[in-house]
Order: sequence, then C-alpha cells, then structure tokens
Amino acid sequence: MSEHTLDHHAHDHHDDHEHHHGPAKGIKRWLFATNHKDIGAMYLWFSFTMFMLGGFMAMIIRAELMYPGLQLVDPNFFNQMTTTHGLIMVFGAVMPGFVGLANYMVPMMLGAPDMALPRLNNWSFWLLPFAFSLLIIAIIKAFLGIADAPNFGWTFYAPLSTKYGPESTDFFIFSVHMMGISSIMGAVNVIVTIFNLRAPGMTLMKMPLFVWTWLITAFLLIAVMPVLAGAVTMMLTDRHFGTSFFDAAGGGDPVLFQHVFWFFGHPEVYIMILPAFGVVSAIIPTFARKPLFGYASMVYATASIAFLSFVVWAHHMFTVGLPLAGNLFYMYMTMLIAVPTGVKVFNWVATMWRGSMTFEVPMLFAIAFVILFTIGGFSGLMLAITPVDQQYHDTYFVVAHFHYVLVTGAVFSIIAGVYYWLPKWTGRMYSEFWGKIHFWSSLLSVNLLFFPMHFVGLAGMPRRYSDYALQFADFNWWISIGGFWFGLSQLILLKILIDVCFRKKGAQATSEVWEGAEGLEWTLPSPAPYHSFTTPPLVK
Amino acid sequence: MAQKPTQYYVPDQSPWPVITALSLFIVAYGAASFIQQNSGSGLVANDGSSGKILLPLGLLGILAMMFFWFRDTIKESLAHKNSSQLDVSYRMGMMWFIFSEVMFFGAFFGALFYVRLLAIPWLGGAGEEAMTHELLWPNFQAMWPLTVTPDGSTTEAMPAWGLPFLNTVLLVSSSVTLTIAHHALLAGNRAKLQINLFITLLLGFAFLFFQVEEYMHAYQEMGLTLDAGIYGSTFFMLTGFHGMHVTIGATMLTIMFIRTLKGHLTPDNHFAFEAAAWYWHFVDVVWLFLFICVYWL
Amino acid sequence: MQSLPKRCLWAGLGAVVISSNSALAAWQLDMTPGVTSISEQVFNLHRTMLWWCVAIGIVVFGAMFYSMLKHRKSKGHKAAHFHESTTVEIFWTVAPFFILILMAIPATRVLIAMSDTSDSALTIKITGSQWKWHYQYLDYQGNTDINLDYYSVLNTPREQIDRPVRAAGLFPKGAAKDSYRPDGNYPEQGENYNLEVDHPLVIPTGKKVRFLITSDDVIHAWWVPDFAIKKDAIPGFINELWANVPEDKPGIYRGQCAELCGKDHAFMPIVVDARPQAEFEKWLASAQEAQKQADIAAASSVDKTFSKDELMAEGEKAYLARCAACHQANGQGLPPTFPALAGSAIATGAAADHIAIVKNGKNAMPAFGAVLPPKELAAIITYERNAWGNKPADGVDVVQPRDVAK
Ligand code: HEA
Ligand code: HEA
Ligand code: HEC
Ligand code: CUA
Ligand SMILES: [Cu+2]
Repeated sequence: MSEHTLDHHAHDHHDDHEHHHGPAKGIKRWLFATNHKDIGAMYLWFSFTMFMLGGFMAMIIRAELMYPGLQLVDPNFFNQMTTTHGLIMVFGAVMPGFVGLANYMVPMMLGAPDMALPRLNNWSFWLLPFAFSLLIIAIIKAFLGIADAPNFGWTFYAPLSTKYGPESTDFFIFSVHMMGISSIMGAVNVIVTIFNLRAPGMTLMKMPLFVWTWLITAFLLIAVMPVLAGAVTMMLTDRHFGTSFFDAAGGGDPVLFQHVFWFFGHPEVYIMILPAFGVVSAIIPTFARKPLFGYASMVYATASIAFLSFVVWAHHMFTVGLPLAGNLFYMYMTMLIAVPTGVKVFNWVATMWRGSMTFEVPMLFAIAFVILFTIGGFSGLMLAITPVDQQYHDTYFVVAHFHYVLVTGAVFSIIAGVYYWLPKWTGRMYSEFWGKIHFWSSLLSVNLLFFPMHFVGLAGMPRRYSDYALQFADFNWWISIGGFWFGLSQLILLKILIDVCFRKKGAQATSEVWEGAEGLEWTLPSPAPYHSFTTPPLVK
Repeated sequence: MAQKPTQYYVPDQSPWPVITALSLFIVAYGAASFIQQNSGSGLVANDGSSGKILLPLGLLGILAMMFFWFRDTIKESLAHKNSSQLDVSYRMGMMWFIFSEVMFFGAFFGALFYVRLLAIPWLGGAGEEAMTHELLWPNFQAMWPLTVTPDGSTTEAMPAWGLPFLNTVLLVSSSVTLTIAHHALLAGNRAKLQINLFITLLLGFAFLFFQVEEYMHAYQEMGLTLDAGIYGSTFFMLTGFHGMHVTIGATMLTIMFIRTLKGHLTPDNHFAFEAAAWYWHFVDVVWLFLFICVYWL
Repeated sequence: MQSLPKRCLWAGLGAVVISSNSALAAWQLDMTPGVTSISEQVFNLHRTMLWWCVAIGIVVFGAMFYSMLKHRKSKGHKAAHFHESTTVEIFWTVAPFFILILMAIPATRVLIAMSDTSDSALTIKITGSQWKWHYQYLDYQGNTDINLDYYSVLNTPREQIDRPVRAAGLFPKGAAKDSYRPDGNYPEQGENYNLEVDHPLVIPTGKKVRFLITSDDVIHAWWVPDFAIKKDAIPGFINELWANVPEDKPGIYRGQCAELCGKDHAFMPIVVDARPQAEFEKWLASAQEAQKQADIAAASSVDKTFSKDELMAEGEKAYLARCAACHQANGQGLPPTFPALAGSAIATGAAADHIAIVKNGKNAMPAFGAVLPPKELAAIITYERNAWGNKPADGVDVVQPRDVAK
C-alpha cells in the first residue's frame, strides 16, 4: 500500500537537518515564525487583544446609552465607536480567532507536520497587525480629537463613506485591502493543507468536522474577500478619481454599493459561524462520550449553508426598494437556510441524547452555544420575513439577533475551543473553578446584555443612535449593566490564560486530556511537539 | 534527477514575509496620504506630503522582498530540497489564488451588469421607477454605452473593432504560443521553449503598448475619462485592472524567460513556469469577457 | 455605617429608580400593532413567527434539557452508541421545510399588499437631508398645483439633550457646550423627548396617501412604526410607499430616521399629524395661503433694506435652528469635520465667498440657497459675520437680501 511505501521512504531519506531544530530564539521566533503553533498562538493572542479593544469601544457605547440624552460623547464620536467596534470585532477578534484555531488544530487533526505553506502563513498573520494599525491610528487620533475615525458603520454604505467620509476613510480602505490579502492567503493555506497534507488513510469523509467546516469556510473566504476588495476599491475611485459607481448623477447607484458589500457580507457572517459549528461538533461528542450524530448530514448541511449564503445577500436590503420579485426571492432563499442549520442543531441534540454527559467548562460553553445560537437563529428567521423585516430593520432587534449569533455564537465557540484545546497546547490544565465562574458569570450577563435588546428593538429603537426617546430608557440601563458585567467577566478568562500560559500554573495534562476525546490530536503528547507529525500517522 | 525527499518537508523560517507585510503597510499609509494630497476633490484637508516619500519607499520594499523571497524559493527548488508534496501545495495554492482574482474581477463585472441592466434603465423610468425619472432626471435617456449621464455630461463610446480587436488577436495568439512553449518545456525542447516564450512576451508587450495608445486616444480625443460617468468608470476600472494584471503576468513570464536562459526549469521541475502560464491564461480569459461585455455588446 | 459594597449597591438601585422616573412612557415589550390595516397584518405576521419560534424552541430545548438532566455521567447513565438514522434525519429536514412554507404564504400575501401604491388620493414627496425632512405636496385628488412644501426638524431644546459630563466638554476633550450648567440643574426631558419637530407632516385620514422618498445627500430612512412603513431615502432614486390611516384613528404618530446618516442620525425624528379630511383640507388651504404670503414677502424683501439689529435678531434665531447642529451655537463647530465659524476665514472674509458657500454648499455642507428665503439667508450671514467676536475683513458686516438673491 502507498502508506507503506511512504513510511518506508521516510526512513530511507531522512533529511535530518530540517526536522531536528526547534524554534528560533527570542523575537525572531515570532517575527519569522513558520510554525503553525507559533502562528496559531499569535493569531489567538491578536484576536484576544482585539476583543478587548473592540469591547472597550462597546463599553463606551453602553456608557453613552445608559441614560437618555447625550451623556459622554459627541454623536459623531459615538458613530466612530459603533463603526470601529463592529469592524474590530468582526475582522480583528472573530475571524483571526478562528484562523488561530485552524492553524493550531488543522495540521494536528490531519496528521500533518505543519500548514502546507508556512511562509505564506507567516505573511498572512503579520499583515493583520499592520492592517489594524492603519485603523487604530485613526482611532487614537479620534480619541485625541485630532481627526475623525471611520464613522459610517461597519457596513460603510455609500455615499456616507464616499462623498461624506472623513480623511481616515482612505486609510480604512487600504486597511481592508490588507485584511483581505491576509484572509485570502490564510484560506488558500487551509485549503491546500487539507487537500494535500492529509495523513494516508484520512479520506475526506473521515476528517473531523472542524476541518470540514474550515475547508468550506476557506472556500467562502476566497470567494468573497476579493469582492470586498472590489467594493472598497470602487469607494476609493469614487472618492478621489471621479468615478460614479455609487452616484446616480453619473449613472451609478448608491444601492450598488450595498449589493457588492452584502455579496461579501452575508457569506462573511457564515465565515464567522461555520468554524464555530466545527468546534462545537468536536466538543459535544467528547463530553457526551458518544460519537457525533449524523456526521455525513453535518457535512452536507455545512455545504448547503455555504451554498445558500451566496443567494441571500439582499435580505439586508429589504427597505432599499428592491422590486417585489427580488424581495420575495431573497426572502424564500433566506428562510431555506433554517433547514440545514436546523439539521445541525438537531444533530447536536441527538449526540447528547442518551450520552453519558459531564459538564466541564468547554462543554458548558458548547451547550450555551447551541441554545443561544439557536435563539439568534430564530430571530434571524424572523428577520428573513420581508414585510416584518421592514419593521425590524435597523432597530435593536437586529442588534440583538447578530449579537446572539456572534457573541454567544462565534465568541462562545472560540472560548469553548480555547478551554478544550488549551491543555493540548500548553500541557497544563486550566483551573476548572475559575472556568466555571467565568462561564456562569458570562452566561448571566450576556443575556442581561442582549436579551432586552429584542424588546427595545421591537418597541422601535433604531440602531446606531447616540440618543433615544424616553420609553427605551429602562431597558437600556439594564443592557448597559449587563454589558459592563459581561466585559468584566472576560477578565476572568484573561486571568486563566495568563495562569496557564505564562505563570505555568495547573496540573500536567495527559495526551488524551478528556476522557471521551477522539481524533489524531489526542494521540500527540501534551503539549504537542513543535512539528506536530514529522512522519505521517496511519489512519484506519 | 536527484531523489526528492518523500517525508514531510518543512521549509525554514524566513525574514521576508514579515518585512513584506511591513512594506505593504508603508505602501498603504503612503498611498492613502498621497491620494488625499492629490485628490482635487477637496474631500480632505490633508497635505499628505509624507505620501510622496512613503509610497515609493514601500513599493521599493515590496519589490526587494519579492526578489529575496523568490530568490530563496528558487534556490531551494534548484537544490531539490522541495518535496513533491510541496510542489503540489504550490500548484494548488496558485490555483486558488487565481480563483480569488477571478472573484475580484467578478465584483467589477457585477457592477457593470448591475448598472447596465438595472440602474440605468431605472434612472430612465423603467420598472417601478417611473417617479425617479419624472421627478429627478426628466431629461435622461437610458442607453448603453452611457454617453450622456443623468447630470448631462457627455462622452464617446469606444468602438470594439479597432485597437480592442487587434488586442484580442494579440492576446489570444500569445496564449497559443505560450501553450506551445509549455509543451516544448515538457518535451525538453529548450530552443522551441525559448523562442515561443519570447514571442509570447512580445505579443504581451505589444498588447500593453496598444492599450496605452487606446487610453491616450480616449482621454485626448474622445472625452472618455474616469470621471465621464459610469461608462467611463466601468470601462477604465475593468480594462485598467486587466492591464495591471497583464503587466504582472508579463513580468512573471519575463522572469521565466530569464530563468530558461539560465538553464532553470526542467521537464519535471517547473512549477514556476506553470504558475506563470496559468496566470497568463487567466488574464487572457478575462480579456475575452472584457472584449465581449465592455467593448462589443 | 454601611460598608462600601453596600453603598455601591444602594447607589446602583437609586440610579434604577431615577431612570425609571424619567421614563414616563410605559414599558413596551413588543412591536406595536399600529393603526393601519397593513400594520395590523404585519403585526400578526410578527406574532405568528414569534410563536412558531417559541414552539420549536420548546421542543428543541426541551429535548436538550431532558437529556442534560437524565443522561449525565454523574447519574450513572451509560452512553449509547448510535450515530445515525436516515429516517430521523430525513424527518427533521423535511418537517422544518413544511413549517417554512406555512410561514412563507402569509408573508408573501402581506408583502404584495404593501407594494401596491396605486390609487392614492394624496402624493407627498419626502426628501431627507442631513438632518431634516423636506415635505412637498405634489398631488391632492388630481390637483397638481398645490405649491406647498416645508422643512421639518427636531425641536427638542438643546438643554434637554446635553447632559452634565458632555455639556462640560470633558469627554472627548473639547469646549464646554452652551448648555453646560455649573449648578447641575439640567431640565427634565419632556414626554416626547427627541420625538418632536417644528412642522409635522399633515395628512388626511381615510385616504390612501402615497409617499415618494428620496434624499439630497446620504441615505436616510423614513419610518413610522404605527403605519408599518419604512423605506430608504436614496439620493438620485425615488422609492414609493403608502399609508391609509383609518377614519377613526386621527392623531399624532411619531417615527424616526432609520438609516445611519451621519452625526445627527439620532436627531431627525418624524411626526405625522393625521387629521379628518375636512380638517386636513382646512389646514391645507391655510398652509397654502401662508406659503403664498411668505413667497411674496421673500420676493419683496429683496427690494428692502433692513437694519443690522433686525437682521442680527432674526439671524440668531435662524442660525440656531438651521446651522447650530453642525457649527454649534457658540460657533465653535465640531472640528475636524465641521469647521468653526467663529474666526473662520470665510465668515470673516469676502462676503461673496461667504454667501456662496451658504447658498451652494460644499462637501458635507448642505446648500441652503433653495431652502431658505433670501431674507433669512441674509440674516444668518449677517449674524455669522458679527457674532462670537467676528469682524469682517472686507468691512461688509451687513448683508441684505438683495445681495443674497443675486
Ligand atoms: C454569525 C453570524 C450570523 C449568523 C449565523 C446569522 C444567521 C442568520 N441571519 Fe443574520 N445577521 C448577522 C450575523 C449572522 N446572522 C449580522 C452581523 C447581521 C447584521 C449586519 C448589519 O446590518 O450590521 C445580520 C442581519 C440579518 C438580517 C438583516 C436584518 C436587517 O438588517 O434588517 C437578516 C434578514 O434576513 C438575517 C437573517 C439570518 C438568518 C435567516 C440566519 C440563519 O442562518 C439562522 C438559521 C438558524 C435557525 C433558524 C435556528 C436553528 C434551526 C432550527 C432549530 C430548525 C427549525 C427552525 C425553523 C423551521 C424555524 N440576519
Ligand atoms: C463578533 C462581533 C461582536 C462582538 C463580540 C460584540 C460584542 C459586544 N457588542 Fe457589538 N457589534 C458588532 C459585533 C460584535 N459586538 C457589530 C458588527 C455591530 C454593528 C456595528 C455597526 O452598526 O456598524 C455591533 C454593534 C453594537 C451595538 C450597537 C451600536 C449602535 O447601533 O450604535 C452595541 C450596543 O450596545 C454593541 C454592544 C456590544 C457589547 C456590550 C459587546 C460585549 O460582548 C463586549 C464585551 C467585551 C469586552 C468588554 C472586552 C473584554 C474585557 C475587558 C477589556 C475588561 C474590561 C472591561 C470593563 C472595564 C467593563 N455592539
Ligand atoms: C450638515 C451639517 C451642516 C449644517 C447644517 C451647516 N453646515 Fe456649514 N459647513 C458644514 C461643513 C461640513 C463645512 C465644511 C465644508 C468644507 O470645507 O468641506 C461647512 C462650512 C461652512 C462655512 C465655511 C467655513 C470655513 O471656514 O470653511 C460656512 C460659512 C458655513 N458652513 C455656514 C453655514 C450656515 C450659515 C449654515 C446654516 C444655514 C450651515 N453652515 C449649516 C456643515 C454644515
Ligand atoms: Cu437621517 Cu438617519
Ligand atoms: Cu445576512
């Protein structure tokens, strides 16, 4: 068999110098990193930093909205906070968080030594801090009152972002270009690793679901990030070179911008949730001590969601005045997404069903994910109904929807994944006690934070408002309290991570770590060796 | 041929990626400042003089990094350090990268179709937009190419059967010669490879020359400019980005040509050539779409 | 003595009570059923969707919680080993599909009803701009010669909006606002705080009213929840929507701008005053008459010369209403986007340039030439050239309507 020959050759032509060196010393290890674990760790820390920064902006938003009237900041500054909060959380916290998990786990799960294109991998990562510097410089200037940061919402609709955008818009545009390159290169790397570096015997339908979801996510990334690059390029030329893409006077249309943006933007939200599905599909079977229910249908469901995500984008534009037929088409397509997503939810429940469950921290976050994401999905389905969406649209009901899918969805799954794999990465168990406190504190506060947003939204509070009418006052106060509480709760996570990663606290972890865990990554010692698999393992 | 290692191969660390990222940052910062300084639009009050220095500096950095990075890769390839598995990785990587480029053009083609099929008819009162026409743009006539914009500025349409057609012929033939070169490479016929590669390059540069010619004509005689309404916008953005890609492709082929002269690229180790060739064919196909959708129909 | 945590707790609770007091309106948890037949249909659709979701949620979460309670290791439950079942999987793919069809049918019906703008009795063009609404009456029962249009802007007093920290200019760093009150006595926010305008849109009840929506600058959205209508105002395009307020439901209906449109997005509310037809017609006639008088006055003002004091007085009022949103009452603006007019090169430079920018606008500065009558423009410009210590370099400190009308 071919595995056999491979193995055989490996010993014959052992090219030793490549494999026996460890990491370079000092700062060079990180700057020049080609190791998937080093790069994964950098991605994850970058993500956490951005989460704190984006969270800081959310805290300003919540402080301003605690009471009616303008409390703290100028409305223009408020808009800058909303915009940069959205941008930083989406592009800085959630996406790099998942790329970090992919970097760390995909090679290990496939029995590979590393990512397929390690230098490209380094480039993908290092583009990010530079890309965000362009944005962060603008934010710092905004805090100092020197210049305006982007203030047109994370969706940067033209013409607010073109003819009316502040100076920093151009820096923002190039920043998006760089993030795009980073994402595309990262995605290329993931795809190539999966197609080319699977251990012998690891057929596609044997891959862990996390790998599958990332494969499909990577495909989405390559398909839509260039379109976003196109959108910002058109913005740039409209701003400075006299083109009229988004200007009716020259024959263009401001709504064209929204089409191009959402052609990217809708798949983008699945980019932020499909890997989450993968993480949860890894965790639930482990702690239910029962194999994942309906593996094959999970794969097909993921692919269907990805496919459908390309034909629903205009559900963000139900009020722009699309022709009736368009509104109907996008409504039906959007509703359809509930079917494959439902399959996933039901499969998770069926996996837990008649299992032998324990509730360690990763499992707690995974279960919270299933419930709260589903709640977010339900409100998504309500939003899909065009005539009612015209009422929901641009209110806090939408804000509630996407924070449920993003915070208690994407972010909770990243946190779950970090707890789940942390012992594998560091070789040490985190403190279960502090982990549980972190979980319960987050769970209670996050619902206090986001659930009442449904109410104020339905009652008619528009989003991106720096001030509101009096009937929304009470709920907003509670929402802000929930926000501060949830923010503070994340300090517990920070403490746990510092304890395990830097203060070297915690018990030594076994290679299997969790009783019910299955998969190649658990055959490696904890912490996993620098080059995960130097020779391909055999998968039966 | 030297034996290629079949065990997993992991390339060395390299300083170039992070410096490339830094250079790109400098380019981005410089370009943003530079554009603001030069945009007569008065949108911003940034004198952006730093852009004048930073932009070229960053571009230079990127060129240097590409040189070093590729040099290292070529060295490793020549030293037969790369496993055949890595070769496959490179190929797949290039293919998916080209796919991302396709999607980038897709955004602009999408914009073109949208304005042609929807926005302009609407401005002219089609569909449910009768009031748009009546109240906002009563004098506007929907048409394509859009030679009179809603706000009344005028331009001329670029005819398809002059230079653009010549360019189509040039580019299609260059794809043919490149394929001949590729087969020659596989067959180990180096002379044939070099001649055909050279012809490909000539055709490619001729294309670029005529495109510049066409642009000058458009700007100087036809009033067809970037700010001549949506027709000019889509025309220049699509053909311009295409031209940029032809330039990149031609540069890649030039490097391949130099490498064949140096004796690099063998029948079983020529990923770089194939990557460049795929890129060239991609650029060619994009042009065919351009010719049909932008010039002809 | 109370411990510190306890005191914090009391302070917190106190804050809740205070905030509850300021909320005069009752808590509202759900969407409003509104007053029109469309809004009622929309509301019912919303409720249907909600109950479907709740029902599915109960089933799914019920199964989960049952499993979490019963199938736990600590209870000694042993794991089963099944991991697929084609029957079950087909069932839960197909069942949601049918539920979706049940949801889609009424949704389609309502959507089609909403998009029919034909046979309206009154047509009003609504133009959004930063941050005001412009209403133009185009057609009332076949009469297209109405000649009535006016602007509608927020008129909640500034003092109710700026609260202590911000009014003091503490964060982000900046000058204190005019509404800063060192004594801490900030006025109560009124019942319709942030939802009140100077000139509401007046429409008749019992008639289908068609709205044509567009914008002069960025995208806005015109939204009145009680009519269940919300549409974006897109520059260069016109969107249509309609409402028919039943005869037994005259009243004041409030809405807000729903698409991010820049700084004062939160401060461009909508007020619709729906009156019985007879009253509406009475109002229409008087408004037309008033507009005619104003036009005559504007035309004749060009021939008159006004005293500086008169212009300054009118100018100050108009400035506060029209310009202070961006340039601030104290003329300091909100740099870097909104320039200060106090000491500005244009406001103290050649009068012609000053007039030009106010009439024609520039970038984010709206054009006021067609918005305000010449006398008001002259008054504002005169005011700007003399207020906040400004001294025109060209000595032209008084601008007359005729200068502006040129
Ligand atoms: C991770 C991110 C994420 C995810 C996964 C989703 C998932 C979904 N979203 Fe969401 N969405 C966002 C992020 C996300 N969204 C963001 C960020 C915005 C706002 C952007 C902005 O304007 O700033 C937004 C906005 C948004 C809108 C526009 C609202 C508006 O502005 O007016 C709509 C409208 O259709 C929508 C719909 C949906 C639907 C139908 C799903 C579906 O995928 C949900 C499917 C899941 C379920 C339905 C639950 C589980 C299913 C079952 C248990 C099966 C049985 C159920 C039934 C048959 C009902 N979303
Ligand atoms: C993944 C994405 C993501 C995440 C994680 C979050 C997290 C949070 N978001 Fe998010 N939000 C978006 C994506 C996200 N958001 C998007 C896309 C928008 C739309 C933007 C737009 O309209 O353009 C938006 C808009 C948005 C709004 C509406 C703004 C408006 O319309 O004007 C609000 C308002 O409350 C809000 C609040 C919060 C809060 C309180 C959190 C919290 O969960 C954050 C908690 C985290 C921390 C606080 C940081 C970590 C902790 C510390 C650093 C410790 C210190 C803490 C304290 C001192 C308290 N967000
Ligand atoms: C929507 C916000 C907005 C409103 C309302 C507004 N302006 Fe402006 N104004 C601006 C902006 C932005 C500029 C800067 C334009 C530029 O130079 O790009 C400006 C510039 C000016 C200038 C030139 C100042 C200088 O030194 O460059 C004058 C004078 C002026 N406005 C007067 C007025 C008057 C008078 C009114 C009311 C009738 C008014 N503005 C209302 C936004 C506004
Ligand atoms: Cu106008 Cu928001
Ligand atoms: Cu979407």
